[in-house]
Amino acid sequence: MSQAYIAGVGNTPFGRLEGSSALDLMARAASAALTSAQLSRQDIDGVLCGYATTLPHLMLSTLFCEKFSLRPDYAHSIQVGGATGAAMLMLARELVVSGRCRNVLVVAGENRLTGQTRDSSIQTLAQVGDADFEVPNGASVPAYYGLMASRYLRETGVTSDDLAEFAVLMRANAARHPDAHLRNPITVAEVLTSKTIAAPLRLMDCCPISDGAMALVVSAEPKADVSVRIAGAGQAHFHQHLTAMDDVLNTGAAHAAAQAFEQAQLSKDDIDYLGIYDSFTITLVMLLEEIGFAPRAGAVNKLRAGDFSQEGCQPLNTHGGLLSFGHCGVAGGMGHVVEAWRQFKGLADVRQVKLPNQKLPKHAFIHADGGVMSSHVSLILSRED
Amino acid sequence: MSDSIALSPLAKPFVEGLLRRRLMFQRCDACARAQTLARYACQFCGSETLTWDESKGKGKVHSVTQVGRAPTDAFKALVPYTLAIVLLDEGFKLMGHAESSVGIDDEVVTHYVEMLDQVLVRFQKR
Repeated sequence: MSQAYIAGVGNTPFGRLEGSSALDLMARAASAALTSAQLSRQDIDGVLCGYATTLPHLMLSTLFCEKFSLRPDYAHSIQVGGATGAAMLMLARELVVSGRCRNVLVVAGENRLTGQTRDSSIQTLAQVGDADFEVPNGASVPAYYGLMASRYLRETGVTSDDLAEFAVLMRANAARHPDAHLRNPITVAEVLTSKTIAAPLRLMDCCPISDGAMALVVSAEPKADVSVRIAGAGQAHFHQHLTAMDDVLNTGAAHAAAQAFEQAQLSKDDIDYLGIYDSFTITLVMLLEEIGFAPRAGAVNKLRAGDFSQEGCQPLNTHGGLLSFGHCGVAGGMGHVVEAWRQFKGLADVRQVKLPNQKLPKHAFIHADGGVMSSHVSLILSRED
Repeated sequence: MSDSIALSPLAKPFVEGLLRRRLMFQRCDACARAQTLARYACQFCGSETLTWDESKGKGKVHSVTQVGRAPTDAFKALVPYTLAIVLLDEGFKLMGHAESSVGIDDEVVTHYVEMLDQVLVRFQKR
């Protein structure tokens, strides 16, 4: 059977990138991804784009192709919130495995920080709530996550202190990445005394709003040296709105992950790198625990034991995640995959993971969610030498 | 005050109910179970025959947050405010404002407040 490989990756720095449009940022990341994949424009026969809240266009993929001078046989954009990047990679895999495409460019970027006022961004994002039942109450995205966190803490015994430790870990990781948005080290005490945004979540439990872009090329051809194969993928869509979430312990994440593991014929014990969506600290903890990388309320113990650190057995978001590398919408969730690729290739510089056997990681698990744990996409990546 | 306008015809009975200070929800004709939010088909059995019913407005707090950062200018004036999701006795969940002292599992009853030209649900302890 045909396989699909991530042939190359590219990114802009994340943060405040004054004067760049969404298309500018997408073009920069796409250009870097083509160089990384050692492919030229005419090699690209498929293009998948995310969306940009600062550029709500009917045909973003076609627009991007014109400006970037691509003429693919297949192109469109996708919208499943924060899960969009992982969903695009899952689809790119399907397109390549089916023989429809040979090389699919997956790209997203947005000037989410400087392209609009912060108020406008927060208001736009709040519209993922139910227009009749939720949004009229003055609910925001952090409010939805705060409500969800209150229930999760109650049911599992996870504490705000536990959540804070994940914010500290992500910041420490981002400090080692020159392209990260937030790089100043923080402490648990600083997280716990930062401004309350939506209790129990405080400012430092929330990701920042960033400008930035990411791109990857998914290809039918393995590389001569190290290839990164998309070995498995899965999705779940149980609800859109938080009010309609049946069970805070079963949001769909485990369902999506199970499909990915089944397809890859791997188990959680095989995984030696984790790229887990972390729009808020609670997101990260719930995903780790629902998918089963830690028992309920046990993620913090694994963090304290060092399992998720650069030197641990399952290093987590070594680029700093959404919480500190930054979040510009679709591209934010693609950062976890780009970092996993660099770890596989031994290109992560001072962030390179140090597994006990001195080897590069072999299998990475990636998970992204959109909305309020609404759309889930899991991916499993495998290194092949 | 201006009339609230349902953004979807689907939810109109709920939105209009608030104006009359009545809490309306859908119930499935086939399996009799209450629906959370507004649906085209029963979330439990898939039947497309749903009928609007009136809730007694009593329930238990499922989750709660204090909002310190409002999403719009209008709500900024009200910060901090408390939002809760309540499981109503009829079996559906609903998000609304709440008195600041409510906690998870508290028994609450539905009141109504006029806020920013709309009628919103406010849960108070029983």
